[in-house]
Amino acid sequence: MNGRFIRLGETGRKTVRIRVDDKDVEALAGDTLLVAMLCSVDHVRQSEFGNEVRAGFCLMGACQDCWVWTAEGERLRACTTVVSEGLQIVTTQAEAQWANL
Amino acid sequence: MGQPVMGQPRIIIVGAGPAGVRCAQTLLGAGISPTVIDESRRDGGQIYRRQPENFGRPYTKLYGTEAARAEDLHTTFERLRAKIDYRPNTLAWNVAEHKLHIVHEGHASALPYDALILCPGATDRLMPVKGWQYAGTYSLGASQIALKSQAVSIGRKVVFMGSGPLLYLVASQYVQAGAQVAAVLDTSKFGQRLRALPKLLARPDVLKKGAALVSSLKKAGVAVVNGIEPMEIIGTDAAGVQGVKYLDASGREQQVACDAVALGYHLRPETQLADLARCVFRFDEQTRQWLPQIDELGRSSEAGVYLAGDGVRILGADGAELAGRLAAYAALADFGHTIGASTLDDLKRQQEKMDRFRLGLVEAFPWPAAQAARLSDDTVVCRCEGITVGELRRVTRDEGACEANRAKAFSRVGMGRCQGRYCGHAAAEIIADAAGVPVEMVGRLRGQAPVKPLSIATVEEVE
Repeated sequence: MNGRFIRLGETGRKTVRIRVDDKDVEALAGDTLLVAMLCSVDHVRQSEFGNEVRAGFCLMGACQDCWVWTAEGERLRACTTVVSEGLQIVTTQAEAQWANL
Repeated sequence: MGQPVMGQPRIIIVGAGPAGVRCAQTLLGAGISPTVIDESRRDGGQIYRRQPENFGRPYTKLYGTEAARAEDLHTTFERLRAKIDYRPNTLAWNVAEHKLHIVHEGHASALPYDALILCPGATDRLMPVKGWQYAGTYSLGASQIALKSQAVSIGRKVVFMGSGPLLYLVASQYVQAGAQVAAVLDTSKFGQRLRALPKLLARPDVLKKGAALVSSLKKAGVAVVNGIEPMEIIGTDAAGVQGVKYLDASGREQQVACDAVALGYHLRPETQLADLARCVFRFDEQTRQWLPQIDELGRSSEAGVYLAGDGVRILGADGAELAGRLAAYAALADFGHTIGASTLDDLKRQQEKMDRFRLGLVEAFPWPAAQAARLSDDTVVCRCEGITVGELRRVTRDEGACEANRAKAFSRVGMGRCQGRYCGHAAAEIIADAAGVPVEMVGRLRGQAPVKPLSIATVEEVE
């Protein structure tokens, strides 16, 4: 599916390329990571308590619904992160690794 | 960057919205340079939130009738930011032993203060509806932020549902920006607005702007429906929102197709820091919520802690600017400065009008408390952890958890990642209904530090 958000202006900005899971995504400089993702994909994560996908809720850093992870495992709050060239995002949290006892 | 001057009282302002900026300006005017902590990347708060530097829309397009006020606030801050200790991208996450605990880019520190002026603003006030966990449901405030600060619509076809002045403002901003608005569904009744008129006339200019918004929506062919009751946000786990089902004023079931819903019932103050600073709260009967107690200038019950703006009561941006000034004068007076009586009287008179108007809005667009009792057991109340209304009713009835924090411990409602911001008020109404007690007896969720999740890698430093 294509994106969820629709651009209504400010489209003359420089292009920024990121990767979301296995998909190349083109965003615009100045996008938040959430906007960058949702203009091309329809969700940013899977609920860990239900079966539904999630796409953020408050857009002001209060609800924490839009957490995503970088390929390195760092957690980002997509609505308050500014997109940057080359970001690699995964929409599923890496499995917790138990200590190898 | 400005640094606190030796011998001056150390004043910390939290928030760089209308209240925080006017507060900092007033303190500087009296020769005191405050520290301003703000979670955002840029000043302006949410209402006058700034677009990124490489965007080009003019003020009139971004802020409509409030363009001049927004520009004045931004230019005021630009003039003073070099003279204060301004810390953007910084979260204030705890208040303890006269220190404000902050974190900036993963580094935590604690700032001692002589006065703490909290201007943390507000978030949307939410009542759950079946299906609101589906992707594509956003808070009303979120829908405005998407447009204002990012020039995007939250969907191809958007339903605005809930109540409050923001419902009409954002819907009309969407129409003007070229987005498709499927419907504006307001739970308040026309008669309620009529009865609130005498109070709303305290600010005739704002009332006129509000009426103009509604008529512009109707002129644009948008369905504006009053007196509705939300039934369900229709959707699927994988695809998200597909429509909205509601009862119209005559009780008939109606359905609108859409792929996004902006949902909200006016605003609720962010009171966690005031709570951690041990400020006394009182139950506000008109809005059915617990709010920090303040005097007419914004002094809390705790010496040295002042509260201003929508973070203590929802007066809107103009009221927040006044409140920021008043709180600054209160702090200055407490540090022995002489404040001209006419200055204070004038601000207080203006603020009385704002408060009368605020009560008018509360009556015109009431919090839909009665909906809580009618929510189906399978409705999700806590979006964070997918906990249902039925589970909350069960712990209330079967385990006797009739108090908000006890019900939270038993059900986890309010314990998730939003820390009760979006479920807390509705949960209180659900518990009150299930227990058969007045909502004030349910109490309120206690603020917990950190007020927002911190990364486990956060390092504390001595400053």
